[in-house]
Amino acid sequence: MADNPTLEMEQPAPAKRKGVKRRAFLIGGVAIVGAGLFGISIADSNAVKSAAKLTAGKGEHSFATWLKIAEDNVITIYSPHTDIGQGSNTGLAQMLAEELDANWDLVKLVSAPAESAFANTGLGRGFLGEMSGQPGIINGIPQSFLSFLARQMNLQITGGSTALRFTGQVTFQKVGAATRLALIETAAKRLGVPASELTTQDSHVIHAKSSRSLPYGKLAAEAATLSLDNDPKLKDPKNYRLMRQSIPRLDIPAKVDGTAQYGMDFAVPDMRVATIMAAPVRGGKLTSVDEGPALAVKGVEKVIKLDDAVAVVAKGYWAAITGLRAMTPQFSDGGNGGFSTASIFKAYDDLIAKGEPAGEAGEGDVKAALGAKPVEAKYQVPFLHHAMMEPFALTAHFKDGKLDIWGGMQDPLASKMMAVDVSGLDSDKVTFHPMLIGGSFGRRLPMYMEVVSQVTKLAMQLPYPVKLIWSREEEIAQGAYRPQSAALLKANVTADKRIAAYSNDYAQTESAEAETTFIYNLPVVARRNYEHKSNQITGAWRSVNSTQQGFYNESFMDELAHAAGVDPVEFRRNHLKADSRHLRVLDECARLANWKAPLPEGVGRGIAIVESFKTIVAHVIEASVKEDGMPKVHKITTVVDAGSIVNPDAAKAQIEGGTIMGLSSAIGEAITLEKGAVQQSNFSDYPLLKLADTPLVHDIHFINSGAYMGGIGEPGVPPAAPALANALFAATGKRVRNLPILTQAKA
Amino acid sequence: MTISTTVNGKTVTLNAEPDSPLLWAIREELGLTGTKFGCGIAACGACTVHVNGEPARSCSLPVSEVAGKSITTIEGIKGADGTLHAVQKAWIAAQVPQCGYCQSGQIMAAVALIQKTGKPTDDQIDEAMTNICRCGTYPRIRKAIHAATGQAATAVEGAA
Repeated sequence: MADNPTLEMEQPAPAKRKGVKRRAFLIGGVAIVGAGLFGISIADSNAVKSAAKLTAGKGEHSFATWLKIAEDNVITIYSPHTDIGQGSNTGLAQMLAEELDANWDLVKLVSAPAESAFANTGLGRGFLGEMSGQPGIINGIPQSFLSFLARQMNLQITGGSTALRFTGQVTFQKVGAATRLALIETAAKRLGVPASELTTQDSHVIHAKSSRSLPYGKLAAEAATLSLDNDPKLKDPKNYRLMRQSIPRLDIPAKVDGTAQYGMDFAVPDMRVATIMAAPVRGGKLTSVDEGPALAVKGVEKVIKLDDAVAVVAKGYWAAITGLRAMTPQFSDGGNGGFSTASIFKAYDDLIAKGEPAGEAGEGDVKAALGAKPVEAKYQVPFLHHAMMEPFALTAHFKDGKLDIWGGMQDPLASKMMAVDVSGLDSDKVTFHPMLIGGSFGRRLPMYMEVVSQVTKLAMQLPYPVKLIWSREEEIAQGAYRPQSAALLKANVTADKRIAAYSNDYAQTESAEAETTFIYNLPVVARRNYEHKSNQITGAWRSVNSTQQGFYNESFMDELAHAAGVDPVEFRRNHLKADSRHLRVLDECARLANWKAPLPEGVGRGIAIVESFKTIVAHVIEASVKEDGMPKVHKITTVVDAGSIVNPDAAKAQIEGGTIMGLSSAIGEAITLEKGAVQQSNFSDYPLLKLADTPLVHDIHFINSGAYMGGIGEPGVPPAAPALANALFAATGKRVRNLPILTQAKA
Repeated sequence: MTISTTVNGKTVTLNAEPDSPLLWAIREELGLTGTKFGCGIAACGACTVHVNGEPARSCSLPVSEVAGKSITTIEGIKGADGTLHAVQKAWIAAQVPQCGYCQSGQIMAAVALIQKTGKPTDDQIDEAMTNICRCGTYPRIRKAIHAATGQAATAVEGAA
């Protein structure tokens, strides 16, 4: 197996540092939990006290920060994660309630407040400073640790990939189990029986011998005064009642009758609506604007000039956007007018040709082992946009020295701290109220949440609440995109039809190593990254660098199989370790897809297998090419090994959606730059896959290998594009090396 | 100008510029926020409502064009006693929504399709259901539409 540094392997250094050894780091409402690294302590006494004050009302008792039990038996769980539709909050509630033996019907789950009791504010600030280009409050935390945190953030937020495996496994299950023990201890004292004679079920402690039982609500007040067991024994999975069950998601009913309240839906009396246009060339400044045409629009009240943007404040959105469009603001290009899609690819080619990589990974002397005539292929992929369905919409109100902000961001605490910095107010004067999020896929992360800064600036100079809504055009033009990337792959396939050496030289803004797990067992492997920055922000797009790396490696493996004259499944088998999880996933997927079964004329079958976020996913796709040159996907077969699954149906939904997002990007999506500005403006020129383009059949199978729990929100994405490209090659003999396919079909 | 229309069975008077889209009158003036803003160019369908029973993308429909017409929003498809519409029930049973932002529009498009066709075929679903869902809930949308009309799902496995 090639050398693959993993997140776990990079962790030990910071653990040794005094002051950062804590059970959980919360970076803006996101738990970064030790995962076996940081000492586990159920209770951080200061945080527990503050949490109790923040959450427990009359007749309610708080336990270990994350839950409270009320005397009417209602159990409220505080999630540090924002559920963006991936079902992670339901999963977290299942995990805690399982170990607590709670009555599921009386379990509520709410967002944890964006307050320091639920977070390590200092580290949050430092991290934010780092991301916003204002370092300084980092308190000697090593760069590698911040970088580790940054990557954790991406994993976590994009699809809840770490919500269940870290927050859930490490914290929530233990909090549930420890709280259950405290309730039993209290009941034992009250009933005058040994704790060993007591069992628990449906939020009751039961003494079977005397046919007595006590509800948790009656025990909570006293139990909450006990110190909790730091390392309680967890249940044997065979006794699970809630975990591994497809329990309906808690958030769904409000999403079918229009009552779910997103940031876009927030309203208070006297609220105005604003919309904004930032410099089209990122890095540029607002140089001049004639406010007259906007102010002439009925309903427009004010034009506000920011350093790099202009906003229109009006009675409603339509007046605001009409006013904005009536103006012709002038912006500088910040010296970035030379960047274009073509210039970036040219820079990538030059860097790879020059051969001085910024980083290297792998093993063996690849130059010698590649031989004189390696198989070579060059791949290119574009910037990708998240295209969350809800454009940014945040409301802010500055009144009596206090600033309140309402809306959906992936990082409520970092959002709050950004507002603190921008407003100059003390931290205790700023409150961020998290609301439902209409999609994110990584977009609402701290890499580029300029919208928080913007709404803060507007609110600080307005006497009334203001809701800032980004138009779809602004949303697409001002993204934090998956990087544009290119790769040159080479391999030496010897006469025995085996790969003797394999190299992957890729160029983008930064190393993809953290999200590249190369699964094949080869004698000589090299991955070299070349770095070139444009004026675009490097975003975290669902599954991060695994999308392009998955496309490169799995397309190239297919090319090598064909070059060797070996069936693509067989060729992969020959390069995977015997008895490995990867081999099992590959074999199962090929078997379930009837890999060798004949197909109709014009239809091809392609396979791809990628490990990302500790989860292995293989897709077999059957596809053909339509008359217009666009692909038609007929059937998908998927096998997933995520170790174990908390909620099978919710996990399935994530794989379905991830696969579709992967296909959508492969088929039609590209953000291109010209003169430093994004050329796309709306769904008319950034086309997303629609229902009619999705196959009637998508078979999804999970292998419960019992391995360390992997993520589920993201890993469905990376193998989708290469499986499709490989299917199209099988169907037509034409290799797709540049994405999206749409651009090639039109060319 | 003032425009008189019917929304979810009630007569309302809207104070809006004639060219302003119906979406913003529904959301900002009537406070019915179940209908969503997604793109502003009738491309995504998050703003889908019914106008005289036909699906319409309200972000691009001038309010002047709905004078005297009957509008139904997601808030108006429940029964008089508050019971969910069969399509809403099917949506819950199939666990369709993920982020949920587009789902009001999806449900309104599905209700209109079913009212028109009875039991839509897969081809009819493909043709009518052009609303965008970035979470990729399409397989479950298809399954829920079939289930709401008493048809078995087309996909053998697929959407659970």
